[in-house]
Amino acid sequence: MAENHEVERTYRDLGLVAVPTEPVTTEGARSFPKQMKGFWVTFKTMFKKVNTVEYPDVKEPTAPRFHGRHQLNRHPDGLEKCIGCELCAWACPADAIYVEGESNTEEHRMSPGERYGKVYQINYLRCIFCGMCIEACPTRALTMTNEYELADDSRSKLIFEKADLLAPLRDGMLMPPHPMYPNMDDTNYYKGDVLGFHPSQEVQK
Amino acid sequence: MTLTTQEQTAQVVDLITVVIDGFEVSVPKGTLVIRAAEKLGIQIPRFCDHPLLDPVGACRQCLVDIEINGRAFPKPQASCTIPVEPGMIVKTQLTSPVAEKAQKGNMEFLLINHPLDCPVCDKGGECPLQNQAMSNGRADSRFDGTKRTFEKPINISSQVLLDRERCILCARCTRFSDQIAADPFITLNERGALQQVGIYENQPFESYFSGNTVQICPVGALTGASYRFRARPFDLVSTPSACEHCASGCSLRTDVRRSKTLRRLAGDDPEVNEEWNCDKGRWAFKYVTAPDRLTHPMVRDASGELQVASWPEAIAAAANGLRGKRAGVLVGGRVTVEDAYGYSKFARVALGTNDIDFRARISSDEEREFLAAKAVGSKTSNADIDRADFVLLVGFETEEESPIVFLRIHKQVRKRGLKVTAIASKLSIGNEKLKANFISVAPGTEAEAIAKQELTAQSVILVGERASESAGALSAVVALADRTGAKVAWIPRRAGERGALEAGAIGNVLPGGRPVTDAAARADVSAVWGVEKLPTEIGLSSEDIFAAVNSDQIHALVVGGIDPRDSGNNAAAIKALKSAFVVSLEIRPSEVTKIADVVLPVAAVPEKSGSFMNWEGRSRSFEVAVPDSLNRSDVRILSMISEELARPIGITSVKSAAKEFASFGDWDGERAPFAAVPPIEQIKINPDQARLTSWRRLLDESSLQEGEDNLAGTARKSVVVISTKRATALGVADGDSVRVSNEHGAIVLPVLIEAIHDDAVWLPRNSRGSHVLATLGVASGSLVTVVKD
Repeated sequence: MAENHEVERTYRDLGLVAVPTEPVTTEGARSFPKQMKGFWVTFKTMFKKVNTVEYPDVKEPTAPRFHGRHQLNRHPDGLEKCIGCELCAWACPADAIYVEGESNTEEHRMSPGERYGKVYQINYLRCIFCGMCIEACPTRALTMTNEYELADDSRSKLIFEKADLLAPLRDGMLMPPHPMYPNMDDTNYYKGDVLGFHPSQEVQK
Repeated sequence: MTLTTQEQTAQVVDLITVVIDGFEVSVPKGTLVIRAAEKLGIQIPRFCDHPLLDPVGACRQCLVDIEINGRAFPKPQASCTIPVEPGMIVKTQLTSPVAEKAQKGNMEFLLINHPLDCPVCDKGGECPLQNQAMSNGRADSRFDGTKRTFEKPINISSQVLLDRERCILCARCTRFSDQIAADPFITLNERGALQQVGIYENQPFESYFSGNTVQICPVGALTGASYRFRARPFDLVSTPSACEHCASGCSLRTDVRRSKTLRRLAGDDPEVNEEWNCDKGRWAFKYVTAPDRLTHPMVRDASGELQVASWPEAIAAAANGLRGKRAGVLVGGRVTVEDAYGYSKFARVALGTNDIDFRARISSDEEREFLAAKAVGSKTSNADIDRADFVLLVGFETEEESPIVFLRIHKQVRKRGLKVTAIASKLSIGNEKLKANFISVAPGTEAEAIAKQELTAQSVILVGERASESAGALSAVVALADRTGAKVAWIPRRAGERGALEAGAIGNVLPGGRPVTDAAARADVSAVWGVEKLPTEIGLSSEDIFAAVNSDQIHALVVGGIDPRDSGNNAAAIKALKSAFVVSLEIRPSEVTKIADVVLPVAAVPEKSGSFMNWEGRSRSFEVAVPDSLNRSDVRILSMISEELARPIGITSVKSAAKEFASFGDWDGERAPFAAVPPIEQIKINPDQARLTSWRRLLDESSLQEGEDNLAGTARKSVVVISTKRATALGVADGDSVRVSNEHGAIVLPVLIEAIHDDAVWLPRNSRGSHVLATLGVASGSLVTVVKD
């Protein structure tokens, strides 16, 4: 009450009129039938299908477009799609992405074209999973997986490096660095003309 | 945009009033429409237009509707090539649908062959084409053909990369190289869609100013190899800064990403560097992040090994070594004004001596007197060059030793045929470009030629630091200036020398140019410093300090950033450093570190604030660009030592040093006297002998250029230069090996036959394969033997 008085005084000081208040009154115990009606809901629910799952023993699939951990994709011959352009970092509203680019050379080629991402880090302590980076990516190198188990016991472990984010090698893929598919340029790669690696790419490696 | 001094101070007689987008504006006659619109704040899109280059109208992006006295041009006109005229009514894209449509159409044309490279292009995010395509272009393209392609990128020099697909043919780079740098090594070749920037087959783009083409390229066609794919504009924290390399004092912009300088750009300062800088200033900054930077104080232990120590230990060791000994201070020419002031006060207050010298190079007492009498407080400036009727160069190669002075002079040469006379032994490339009247003299006989010059009160004499290498040359300059009233400017090579002179880091001058021998001057200084008395004798010069150590008179040295091999007598310098107790303040291990007793790491320029004083005496202040460095400026460390010595200098920060130095003000009394020195009689030489002459090239093997291979790739080749007469006598042709030797050593290099005095032989002073001072122990004027190898 003392506080209330103070508030009232303040209102008056300001030349305002306090809003009239009413004391809260609690009703007594309800009647037995009314209580039974309430408990009936609880009782009925006991026979319904359980909604919760025993996570982490049981894992339910997410919605197909769930925003989970990022992935850096590869071209079908294994070269990285990321060109280190930093547009993802630019788009990121949380400043969670750090990229450093580097030149591809004939001896050390990680992606088609001139440039690849030498350093690629996503800080999952900052990431808000908004997906702006995915929209910004000009080569579809960066996409999001449905993986959501991103908890750990130190801050540094939650900064994912390029190696943590890169997609695994599938059939027909070679681990870069290796040269581009013969007679194909970066435009062919983006158009999807390259469908797997060529034996010469392996030999030259 | 930049307006130069000339344009700013131009006589505003003919004002022309024009109407642009319904607003009236009055501008001087000859102003371009695009510039008049800028004055109103109306921005017309443009690519080829640059206020410091001649108009060309190459890109056609600045089209506007113009009518003069009611008669309209039938088509939109390029506003960057049309000067204003009375009765002109201009409608830009803001008010004229025709102009807007023309601009959008032109932008569509420019983008037809422009690749969609933005994600991999270094210009992305700060690209005029990107920005103006957004602001003045169509939302979509109607072009669905195949774009023209080129091989990309190609190196037009080791530090500039050209991507011809991206080029929009604005000709900014070729015009810059031709008009500003006078290095027309790139041109536009071919025709139509295949037109491209090209270099000559046998002449690479080895210009000292090539970096400016990268900066002014409005697309990503020219990019720097060192900055390639390093960062995006939003990664960088930019700090306005000043260049630490030479006495031109360019203003720069330093771009830092995660505590690492990634690039430097020329700042915009119409009174000094306009919008340009040289490649050394732009690219030589890797020394700051060199892996061998000194990070911890070190003290030499009983067994003679340097051991890492804590700061209090190292400061105590330095103070113990200095206490009670006669000590000298060698400052070096690369300190900031504040640090130089710290050294100056430290020598006088903490060590009680005037034995201090900033000249870590060949120097003379004649030069020291000249500095105290004529150079200190000199007000000769770039504006004087702009107004000069004659420029006389003495012991000074503008392009190699102060490149922005070269650009200043070249601008006037090109604009109004300014006459330049160079007194030297060899005709340099720079002087050739300035169309200089080359007065060929034998090394050591400069004084005679100087005395013969006829100048007026409007002339400017630019004296380099190498004038000290020829006895009597500075005396002749003083006599010439007194006789003709010409202005004299002393242009040292290193950035810190003028500031160190003003701060009194030399034996005969106290801060503010006050002569040491003047009692009133000393009273001024002791009042500011709060000390009872100051040493009254003129101190020793650096050469004399080394000699005094070797004759057991001085026992301790406080040494800043110097290399003893730069000294005129480097054997004596190294011997002195070995025998004395040496406290070294350095950024990286050097010759001094090897023999110093206490090594104290100091901050490099990007890690500290401070100011340089350029050759005009203009303050070039800069702030910290890498804020999280632990390194401190020299003055802070000197202050700690002085406290340990119980004679505190009491300047614990750069700010307090600047404030205290500013409190001195100018000296209004008499300058120190100057006594003329006669030239040395030259003896006859044998046919196989020659007098050595040399200077340092802009790009050479100096320690501040280490770690930047792309820059080193454009350094001029090391050669021995001899005259045709000598070549005939030796029976050599261009490219043959020639051996230059004396009793210390020999240098063997390919020969180049050029315009050089018959008695002289020229070598680059510190280039690959030619370290003249370290190998021969002399630099200029001395006799060497020249034979075919």
